[in-house]
Amino acid sequence: MIKFKLNGRDVSVDVPEDTPLLWALRDELDQTGTKFGCGVGQCGACTVHVGGRATRSCITPISSIEGAEITTIEGLHPEGEHPVQQAWRDIQVPQCGYCQSGQIMQAASLLKDYPDPTDEEIDGVMGGSLCRCMTYVRIRKAIKKAAAAMREEKSNG
Amino acid sequence: MIKRLLAGAVGAGVLGGLGFLYYAWYPPIATIEPPAASSFSAEQIERGRIVAAEGYCAECHTRTDNGGGPELAGDYKMETPFGAIYSSNITPDPEMGIGAWSEEALRRSLRYGVSRQGVHLIPAFPYDHFTKMTDQDISDLYAFLMTRPAVHMSRRPNELPFPLSLRIFQAGWKLMFFTPGVYKPDPSHDALWNRGAYLAEGNAHCGACHTPRNLMGAEKKGSMYDGAVVDAWIAPPLNDKNPTPTTWTEDELYQYLRFGVAPLHGPAGGPMSPIPHRFLSQVPDYDVHALAHYYADVDHAAERQGHDKAALARAMEQSKKDLIGPNTLDPDARLYQGACGACHYNAAPMPVLGRPDLALNNALWLDEPTNLYQVMLHGLTAEEGQSGVAMPSFYNALSDADMARIAAYLRRTRTTLPPWTDLEKKAAEIRKTVKTLPVNSSH
Repeated sequence: MIKFKLNGRDVSVDVPEDTPLLWALRDELDQTGTKFGCGVGQCGACTVHVGGRATRSCITPISSIEGAEITTIEGLHPEGEHPVQQAWRDIQVPQCGYCQSGQIMQAASLLKDYPDPTDEEIDGVMGGSLCRCMTYVRIRKAIKKAAAAMREEKSNG
Repeated sequence: MIKRLLAGAVGAGVLGGLGFLYYAWYPPIATIEPPAASSFSAEQIERGRIVAAEGYCAECHTRTDNGGGPELAGDYKMETPFGAIYSSNITPDPEMGIGAWSEEALRRSLRYGVSRQGVHLIPAFPYDHFTKMTDQDISDLYAFLMTRPAVHMSRRPNELPFPLSLRIFQAGWKLMFFTPGVYKPDPSHDALWNRGAYLAEGNAHCGACHTPRNLMGAEKKGSMYDGAVVDAWIAPPLNDKNPTPTTWTEDELYQYLRFGVAPLHGPAGGPMSPIPHRFLSQVPDYDVHALAHYYADVDHAAERQGHDKAALARAMEQSKKDLIGPNTLDPDARLYQGACGACHYNAAPMPVLGRPDLALNNALWLDEPTNLYQVMLHGLTAEEGQSGVAMPSFYNALSDADMARIAAYLRRTRTTLPPWTDLEKKAAEIRKTVKTLPVNSSH
């Protein structure tokens, strides 16, 4: 039995220790917002936060996150109103949408490190998150918009 | 004349042999009724708990294979170049453990490497370090061990080949390599240094992994803390041979030993991970400071710190180069960017905890890619390294050739050292040492 915190609540799953975290999230805990892409940590579709850091869940063994705090796209904001999510909707970023939960989780993590990211910094950090519909231009735009919103929120708060 | 010489030689041989037998022979120490828990004070048991934590007893005296075993009940499988050996049960079970041992018997085992029964112990039990422990510490440790739950569990027999299985050989080993004796404080150093040295050389037995061993398995006296290979990992040098670009200062050492991650060096992984997380997290801060203080002296941190600023700037510069768009014509850079870059990015002025900067990490600066490969294959759990964050396992994600390309790329772009050789072959070798698949997507 592996115990951890998922989106703020305590959960436990009874699966073999070498099960990928993504399997447990989708099949055992019904959190299907996180997607399976390549299965080898090379596309970013399965990105979740482990201890606040963007992590590829398809190659992370469940045993390795015992006791950790996991955030998925379902838990990024209770009403789906994280600034990155708002910007995503405003700019209509996705086309097919399959990669977007991974993109959003990676972008949310990026903005913690770079509150005012340059194009290069966005490319550098988001380079491991692939979009086969080629929405990269809108992804970049949305990240900048979210960054501006977050900075404003901070200066008003 | 020749006869007389011969007789003399035989006589000397016989005397020498008798002398050796006398040296090698220890009487059994009488068994006792296991002492009642009430015969020890709570304060003494608490002090003993700290002694046990600082000696990592539970690490080697608890089974980890076959589904694990009860704490301190032994049967931990230790691979040695001579064959596998299995640790003993040190719970107070009178038959299987040390319940029938007097305090004197425990003291003799730690100080001279001889069991209560008078049998020479194998030096995988690092009595060459424990011999330095004070009577007080041993007495406290006794109180702690004797008040643990007794576990009636036997261990598997050792797999040492004949004649190494004859314990008399251990006596010969002692004659050549072992100097018994309690730690003697060095009056030229202060109390903190001496506390650190006492722990490091004695109970904490750091040299057992970080000092290379000779063909007979003894620590090489002239190579103290030069680093060694243990369980297919490199235990890096703890002296000024440590190759990292920034110095292991007292503060860096303290952060590493206390929290399992040093901001300018990276996390504790592999066999080192339990040392900060499972054990040193349970001991007084003063003792962790003492260890850090002592090793900052061992590695001559004060004289080496001058280059740190430049090394840090260089590391940040390279990290930034990859961050702001690697050379997309370089396939190795692209592979690195896809597999590693989304987490391992940093920019001036300092690396951020939880985003270990590879240019500063020990693993890239060692003579072999061993530790880099181990971490790529296993990842790091949330309990290892920095608590709460994890690195995935790339065991299934990267082929030996991919691992070799990333290793070559990192060594080329992040160190000033010559390239590693035979990288793909070495990746395959380290992969073979991984016995249980870290992650298996076929569930």
